[in-house]
Amino acid sequence: MDLIAALAIQGLQMALVLALAPLLLGFTRKVKARLLRRRGPSIFQPYRDLLRLIRKEVVLAENASWLFRSGPYMIFAATWVAAALVPTFATGLHFSWTADLIAITALIGTARFFLALLGMDVGTSFGGIGASREMMFATLAEPAMIMITFTVALVAGSTQLSAIAQFMLTSSSLRVSLGLALAALIIVALAENARIPVDNPATHLELTMVHEAMLLEYSGRHLAVLEFAAALKLLLYISLIGCIFLPWGLAQPGDGVALYAVGLVTYVGKLALGGFLLVLIETSIAKMRVFRVPDFLGIALMLGLLGTLLRFVSRSF
Amino acid sequence: MERNFLDIAHMLAGGLVLTSFMLLYQDRMYGLLNVFALHAVVLSASVAWQAYIQGAPHLYVTAAIALVLKAIVIPVALHRVVARLGIHRTIETVVGIGPTMLAGMGLVALSMVVMLKATATADPLAREDLAFALSVVLLGLMMMVTRRNAVSQVVGFMSMENGLILAATGAKGMPLVVEISVAFSVLVAFVVIGVFLFRIRERFDSVDSQTLDDFRGERR
Amino acid sequence: MPLTVALWSVAVLLSIAFLAMMGSRLRAASVTVYAACLATSLVNLISAALYLLNDSAALSARLPIGLPWIGANFRIDALAALFLVVINLGSAAASLFALGYGRHETAPARVLPFYSAFLAGMNLVILAGDAFVFLVSWEFMSLASWALVMAHHHDEDNRRAGYIYIMMASFGTLALLLAFGLLAGPTGNYLFSSITGAQQPEWLHGLVLILVLLGAGSKAGLVPLHVWLPLAHPAAPSHVSALMSGVMTKVAVYAFVRIVFDLMGSPAWWWSMIVLAIGALTSVLGVLSAMLQRDLKRLLAYSTIENIGVVFLGLGLALAFEAAGMTAAAALAFTAALLHAFNHSLFKSLLFFGAGAILTATSERDIEKLGGLIQPMPQTAFLFLGGCLAISALPPLNGFVSEWLLFQSVLTSPELPQWSLKLMVPAVGAMLALSAALAAACFVRAFSIAFLGRPRSTAARTAAETDIYSRTAMGMLLAFCLLVGILPGPVIDVMAPVVEQLVGRAMPIQGHDAWFSIVPVAESRSSYNGLLVFVFIFLSTLLAIQIIHRFASRSLRRGPAWDCGFPDPRPITQYTADSFAQPVRRVFSAVFDARERVDMPAPGDARPARLEVSWRDYVWETMYAPISLAVQLAAEKLNRLQFLTIRKYLSLVFAALVILLLVISIWT
Repeated sequence: MDLIAALAIQGLQMALVLALAPLLLGFTRKVKARLLRRRGPSIFQPYRDLLRLIRKEVVLAENASWLFRSGPYMIFAATWVAAALVPTFATGLHFSWTADLIAITALIGTARFFLALLGMDVGTSFGGIGASREMMFATLAEPAMIMITFTVALVAGSTQLSAIAQFMLTSSSLRVSLGLALAALIIVALAENARIPVDNPATHLELTMVHEAMLLEYSGRHLAVLEFAAALKLLLYISLIGCIFLPWGLAQPGDGVALYAVGLVTYVGKLALGGFLLVLIETSIAKMRVFRVPDFLGIALMLGLLGTLLRFVSRSF
Repeated sequence: MERNFLDIAHMLAGGLVLTSFMLLYQDRMYGLLNVFALHAVVLSASVAWQAYIQGAPHLYVTAAIALVLKAIVIPVALHRVVARLGIHRTIETVVGIGPTMLAGMGLVALSMVVMLKATATADPLAREDLAFALSVVLLGLMMMVTRRNAVSQVVGFMSMENGLILAATGAKGMPLVVEISVAFSVLVAFVVIGVFLFRIRERFDSVDSQTLDDFRGERR
Repeated sequence: MPLTVALWSVAVLLSIAFLAMMGSRLRAASVTVYAACLATSLVNLISAALYLLNDSAALSARLPIGLPWIGANFRIDALAALFLVVINLGSAAASLFALGYGRHETAPARVLPFYSAFLAGMNLVILAGDAFVFLVSWEFMSLASWALVMAHHHDEDNRRAGYIYIMMASFGTLALLLAFGLLAGPTGNYLFSSITGAQQPEWLHGLVLILVLLGAGSKAGLVPLHVWLPLAHPAAPSHVSALMSGVMTKVAVYAFVRIVFDLMGSPAWWWSMIVLAIGALTSVLGVLSAMLQRDLKRLLAYSTIENIGVVFLGLGLALAFEAAGMTAAAALAFTAALLHAFNHSLFKSLLFFGAGAILTATSERDIEKLGGLIQPMPQTAFLFLGGCLAISALPPLNGFVSEWLLFQSVLTSPELPQWSLKLMVPAVGAMLALSAALAAACFVRAFSIAFLGRPRSTAARTAAETDIYSRTAMGMLLAFCLLVGILPGPVIDVMAPVVEQLVGRAMPIQGHDAWFSIVPVAESRSSYNGLLVFVFIFLSTLLAIQIIHRFASRSLRRGPAWDCGFPDPRPITQYTADSFAQPVRRVFSAVFDARERVDMPAPGDARPARLEVSWRDYVWETMYAPISLAVQLAAEKLNRLQFLTIRKYLSLVFAALVILLLVISIWT
């Protein structure tokens, strides 16, 4: 009985991240439009977009390979599994111990590896621009993420997200190293999700797109799957920031149904807050030119390294 | 509660180090001045918090002086200087931002080691804040060394002084008289530097120190 | 028993070499030799694996050949058995690959005998029980591989590569000779079993460490002694390149582990600083150099350097923990290093086999002349993609498991007592993460330029799929990569006796954990389950495909590429390898002094514009160029000794005799 309940909750989490990802995207677009004094599309528009794309015909380039056709599903699967492993409304889920924060970072890396390959598959220069720049950003963003993981793990004593969330809930932890890790994580999240100031998600000008350039040749159901994967990635990063730095409201294993409901409501609230802050950042600063982004990501790496260094030097940092 | 006091003090001191890194990162003049104002705000918050936990009311005055003088008066004045000198460009650095940041990390690590080894028997809160303060001083000094523009060198000098104030307040017991005299001497130095900048600019039509070096006959 | 089997298989390999030398002209020589080597390697592999699994005690044997007062001592223990497994697995795979690849060999007489001798040499190094056998086998292994590098000696580059290789190999053997001489001490006791127990001064052990780093490190490819590796490994035939990169470097790792961890025992803490620094530097420099290469095999050789750097990083951490008495953490770091060495032999061999397949199909090593190979060679492409995923440390394959274990061991290091280590380990961890991310970028580039896109030359257009033996060998290795990635627990348990013997303690038994997950320290700290991650990814992919295909439109149309409305059919408009590397090259331009110069003609001038990209190898310029210059100058001066008169030669002999007599009279 316990096992059935645990599996049901785990299944609920997997379905929840899937259901909420397009909603989060729609919410951020709506808030951005409002801040820019437009009315903006409805927050359910991304669902309609996905359905429309699925029903359209796929136009493939003549030299697209089997990798081009099967790649989107691999990317979607890796991102979905990674997003489902981050505690959203409860910690200690049944399969939460299978992968820790390092493994989640690496799963995102797998998705990015395939995405870059898909960009290069047809042999156009746009795909090349997107893939080469994406891998260059990843060269700095991934080590920054690992250093953030180290900092948080050295504070919380574990790299498992459930254990980290539980530690943050129970201890009063206003630590310098965590502050540095938060700053670094925000920078990495902006870079990985192709948001301003790193990349513009709404543009299709060749010199300002990185993520969009890799998807340029896609249409129909493949494009729908890839857009869904991008929305899942944004949800993953906001849930990650919420679970580590704003852990209040997370239900513990063994709580009653009421506490799980509270966890769900607080989770939706955290997503809304995260989306709002993201839009505030995006509308207040301008996009950087592309060779300024390594300096920006270098800051994140330095902050993560500084946080880790402080924890190595003294336990009270 | 003790634990939280310690943590917040560390947060503010760490925030000052973070702002020093942000100063190193800036490549535009006005951005630099805004971040310098932020540096002074964080400093005054840190000093005010120290005043609260140490129960030393004279430190509130120090915090107020830092806030008014360094976060408002000096940045506004420097804004005017920059506008009148006509320096609106980007800041030229001697080495790129990447190596500067790496060197900054090394300096922070160095000051951690030095401070924590040298003050092994002192109060833990004071030692760790001293380590942060030494980092801020070293980062300010590095900023003076790696910038070509005279105004940014002035900002580096000011941030160094902020680090010294942090060190002094953290170490429990800098009398108000010393603080006021330090503040006035900084103000005097600032006025003198400002006057010199105008004279230099009149003479040589530039405040770029590399141009001045060329005039002096020192080739780089 | 396993020792007998191993020694007999070495004898068989040596006799195969001899017979191959006789009969290499025969048509069936190639197939016979490789099939015989395959069979021998398999037998040796199975026997070593059984020995390792049954956790037996050390065996030794003494043969009455060699020096009269020592004989030739051979020994097999858990460490030797593990490396025998690594070597013979790589040899079996290479022999299987060569069954198909060897048909295209233009000079079989230069390859076949030395191939078998090379395998014999590597096995002998592992089985050596005293310093003499070790050094003789080491030199034999180097000579056999040098002969293989020089197999296609008509090419000027290969000759140069062979020359540099033999110089570095001789230097390495000299360093190891000095190291063993120091360890054997004034009593001249060369047996490993007697060196292990001997008490020696601290400074002597430190000196031996430096010498071993010079000797074994140069064979493994540590910076700054790595310059021969990217020249020599590509020059040899592809199956030999796979053996040199995937297996011979592991023999060098074995030498380091045997001497430092086994023969010398308790390490000093400052040893770990040197090893950590060299390991971290090697890994970052290796992968950055790989990013700039156009030659596929040279790219793979630099990537070997990176992975060896990662292995030594793990060994450095193990040394630090052992010196501080933290045996559990030392076991974790040591296991991670050994597992990474094993994983690397698997996926690097796979990648070199893929490069060999490309070379057979297109006769091109330059990836800028390839492209679009995924259409004519889909299976090779799939297998090569698997190798790229494994080497980029991506789950659920095996590269990720060893990197994960290394990260976990970095997380246990705040407890180290020394300040310099406490400051160094976070920086080393950051460099490890940086090298992993750069490796992913490097292999995206390698795979996408070679296999994806449109063909850039006729050779790429007219390629065909390789033979069944090559594909089977690659498929076997990929299957092992997946297996180790999904079930890392049993592999760690198999390595436990080795770790226990050398560090004093093994990692907690992984077999007890639920669902085959691995728990390096404690359940509450962290765990990883490769099997479940793989199953989840697999099921999610299936689910996604099912749902999409249920609700989506089935229609599909082929057309020209969109390319933002400006499609250009010429393959030259797609990204090249240099352009893919440009962002990374620019970000890390300080490391290589990478410059781009554009020469634009004035308006009205009809000549083409010119883009020049240049970079420098600082290691070569600062270390090797001055040394070779000095050697040349000295050689020119000493050349005068060739042209003396008879009287002068006699006086030289006379002077040497008088000096030696003087020395004897004064010294005693």
